[in-house]
Amino acid sequence: MYRKTFLKGLIGLVALGMTSVTALAQDPIKIGEINHYKRMAAFAGPYKNGIELKLEEINAAGGVLGRPLEFIFRDDDGQPGEAVKIAEELMTRDGAVILTGSILSNVGLAISSLAAEKKYVYLAAEPLADGMVWENGNAYTFRLRTSTYMQASMLAEEAAKTDAKTYATIAPNYAYGKDAVAAFKKVLTALKPDVKFVAEQWPALFKIDAGAEVQALEAAKPDAIYNVTFGSDLAKFVREGNTRGLFEGRKVYGLLSGEPEYMEPLADEAPEGWVVTGYPWYAFEDGPNKAFVDAYTKRFGESPKLGSLVGYMTAASIAAVLEKAGSTETEAIRAAFADLEVETPVGTITYRALDHQSTMGAFVGTTALKDGGGVMVDWSYKDGANYLPSDEEVKKLRPAN
Amino acid sequence: MGFFIAQVLTGLANAGALFLVASGLSLIFGVTRVVNFAHGSFYMLGAYVGYSLMQVLPGMVGFWAAMILSGVVVGLIGVIVEFVVLRPVYKAPELFQLVATFGVILVIQDLALMIWGPVDLLGPRAPGLKGVVRILGEPVPQYDLALIVITPFVALGLWYLITRTRLGILVRAATQDREMVGALGVNQAWLFTGVFFLGTALAGLGGAMQLPKGGANLLMDFNILTTVFVVVVIGGMGSLPGAYLAAVIISVLNVFGVVYLPQSTLVLIFVVMVIVLMVRPYGLLGREEVAGEHGQVGEPERPFKPAGRSARLIVALGLGILALLPVYGSSFAQVLATDILIFCLFAASLHFLLGIGGLVSFGHAAYFGGGAYVAALLVKYADTPMELALILAPLGAGMAAVIIGWVCLRLTGVYFAMLTLAFAQLLWSLVFQWGAITGGDDGLVDIWPSAWASGTTAYFYLTLIICTGGILLLRHAAHAPFGYALRAARDSARQAEATGIDTRRVQWVAFVFAGAMAGVAGGLFVFAKGSVFPNELDIARSFDALIVVFLGGVKTLSGGVVGGAAFVTAKDFLSRFEYWRLAMGLLIIAVVIVAPNGIVGSLRKGGERIGLLKTPEGTS
Repeated sequence: MYRKTFLKGLIGLVALGMTSVTALAQDPIKIGEINHYKRMAAFAGPYKNGIELKLEEINAAGGVLGRPLEFIFRDDDGQPGEAVKIAEELMTRDGAVILTGSILSNVGLAISSLAAEKKYVYLAAEPLADGMVWENGNAYTFRLRTSTYMQASMLAEEAAKTDAKTYATIAPNYAYGKDAVAAFKKVLTALKPDVKFVAEQWPALFKIDAGAEVQALEAAKPDAIYNVTFGSDLAKFVREGNTRGLFEGRKVYGLLSGEPEYMEPLADEAPEGWVVTGYPWYAFEDGPNKAFVDAYTKRFGESPKLGSLVGYMTAASIAAVLEKAGSTETEAIRAAFADLEVETPVGTITYRALDHQSTMGAFVGTTALKDGGGVMVDWSYKDGANYLPSDEEVKKLRPAN
Repeated sequence: MGFFIAQVLTGLANAGALFLVASGLSLIFGVTRVVNFAHGSFYMLGAYVGYSLMQVLPGMVGFWAAMILSGVVVGLIGVIVEFVVLRPVYKAPELFQLVATFGVILVIQDLALMIWGPVDLLGPRAPGLKGVVRILGEPVPQYDLALIVITPFVALGLWYLITRTRLGILVRAATQDREMVGALGVNQAWLFTGVFFLGTALAGLGGAMQLPKGGANLLMDFNILTTVFVVVVIGGMGSLPGAYLAAVIISVLNVFGVVYLPQSTLVLIFVVMVIVLMVRPYGLLGREEVAGEHGQVGEPERPFKPAGRSARLIVALGLGILALLPVYGSSFAQVLATDILIFCLFAASLHFLLGIGGLVSFGHAAYFGGGAYVAALLVKYADTPMELALILAPLGAGMAAVIIGWVCLRLTGVYFAMLTLAFAQLLWSLVFQWGAITGGDDGLVDIWPSAWASGTTAYFYLTLIICTGGILLLRHAAHAPFGYALRAARDSARQAEATGIDTRRVQWVAFVFAGAMAGVAGGLFVFAKGSVFPNELDIARSFDALIVVFLGGVKTLSGGVVGGAAFVTAKDFLSRFEYWRLAMGLLIIAVVIVAPNGIVGSLRKGGERIGLLKTPEGTS
């Protein structure tokens, strides 16, 4: 029976260890960063590099509010429950003043809910779900990255310019995929009421049966295809689609498909002629975009991904909000986020007071093959501010305020 | 018509890799009785090794040679794993080995990340088979046709090996009665090693074979695991033709699911599995389990004794110290302790089922997550106060257990385990796909405790009281007449029946009780975290609980609780390091080898050896 005491002893020891650590010097301003560093290493790695690059720049210039800025990076294994626990630890034990991080929407939503309950400021860096700032939005959560809705409406705008009438969609069968299809449909039908959606395919995430999906899409004979699959699903879909000639003579719109994270693994099999959102880091010739790419490449010896840019902008946003707040108090930081303007490589972005969404935009372009790899050509940067619903609509979507 | 045929051909092509992986798992289980959770990892390794080899070996010959070589390489890795990890623990209690294989999963995940990097690798195309063949006007990739032709030959080769060679005879004999094979002078150790080589080589070959249709990535291991389990179970554990048949059925069904039920592909295969097992409990071509499934390996079980006075005193003291945590511990210490307590109750409920009832459930997360979702849904849609939701959570989980238990208890042993897994996955896919109600993978958020319990300390006390109560209740049930009846049913169903115990009903009640207690833990979990997502129902969560119970010690009363506390604490500590999965995997493997009776069991044995504890009478 005294194995139970073993457990008690263990908990006691852990507790003792914790109390002693808190006594450390409080000098740097600490930011708690929670991510899926192992589960999604291909995405979290470049993101972390982006943060570190900006962090070095900030601290070389004297830090924030006269104090150095420090990020504490923690791995949650992609488990929302784990992330909530770590968030508590970061805020109550490590003395972090802001929470940030997460790629997966569900982890982001879990942290966001905790943030509202415990009154912590959370900057959701990468999660795309529209619910983050609308349906489940709250006073303490802010989101940096261009949301699903914004990116989908950019593609819908492009699609409306063509004379394609019938569309087929393929999207992973989970919240992100559903949101992405719904937004695309809504915006495209508003712009062009006579389009028809003739087929909807919903492969299970990372378990796509590409051959069967391609056959099913082909059978519907659409004029154009809207693709939301990504990662290994996208690779399989593109390969089967190319093999079976699905993309011949059809317009294809690909959400996120142009991001280097997804394009690079495809190498010379990257699709050609797709209209996509992405990040053409290779094509910048001057300006802040080029400066960022150069600094990043020099520092890490590899090309930046979209995640790198988001990481860099995350650190920039946090430095900016702290400067504006002039303090590390939660309420001051929260208030400072309202209409906060941040200088970033893609231009000035604003955290809208209305729904806490930043106006970070996206690069939209057409894919092509160059030197054995996929690139975006004829691209342009679309400001996110122009691709959000009207203020009245947003207010309805966001019950929180 | 052309469309129909093209879809069938796609399904048949997909069945190839699936069959190879499944047949490997089936062989390994048939002979060694090891449920190899790491089988998906060998499949993933096959893909990675194949990819690397194909970069080196040129041309058509190189391509196919690389494929076969990667099977061999993975098989050799399998042999190393068998030698280092499994050999020391064959004598451990039934199914204990699956803990070791879980450690292997973690180790391989991090090693693959170190060696091949985080970026998905796109498989090279098969030289000479890059185009399509038009069949009734529909394009069919040449490589698909190649797979359709090759797979039956591999299957035939395997069939020949198993039915016509001496090795095959030994394998079949060992599948039926491995003690007898040993008694007849066959070197079992080498037979096991040989079978492990063959099984993992098949998984590796399967991984390499699917390269031209996809590639290699770090999520492959878990992604194929459930499907492979389903195939093996539908086909019948240990049956090769069964595995082939099931692989074809599942693959073809999936292909048509894509066309006609594009929203429900996840649910489909589990529905099929449940139906098949209801009609044919041992799979399509499987044979009834031979006796000797439970409690027959190793020394006889010791009777449980109620805790003595000193033990009670120590526990009371320990609880007292824990209850004072808010006085000397930080706020986060209370958060962590809350997490640990909830997980301990969850583990203890599975331990009750597994240790006392001898019912190995692979899908216990269904009731934990089920309870969590019941509470969350009640709060979300009915504005139920926390107190009521906490009471209704175990009721909901218990209701689910009533139905699932009734179906699953028609089977025994590994088939029972697999059916519980199927139901858990069914529930998971339902929650995952029924977004309108459950929020899908975006879950249900903003489920916080009532005002009086919303402080960290208040909620810690609430959890402490409920979890301690729950764990004591589980202990009490083990010592009650009900617990005796349950143990009787576990140790000898026939004798128990003869003494008038309705074994099935007793087991059913135990199943529901364990489910309800897991539901209590789930309810507490939601309010501790403020949100719930399908992760809490999925296979990884069920595995966590299983690992913990085995690590703690199946044959001891406190195994679940101790294992749970050790696991959560170790994970919380290790996740701060870069390669924490590697460390966690190695730690699990080390514990498995050092303490084959679980932490508590081995501590007790150690204590007896050095004379700290009394050796119970009747055992030496």
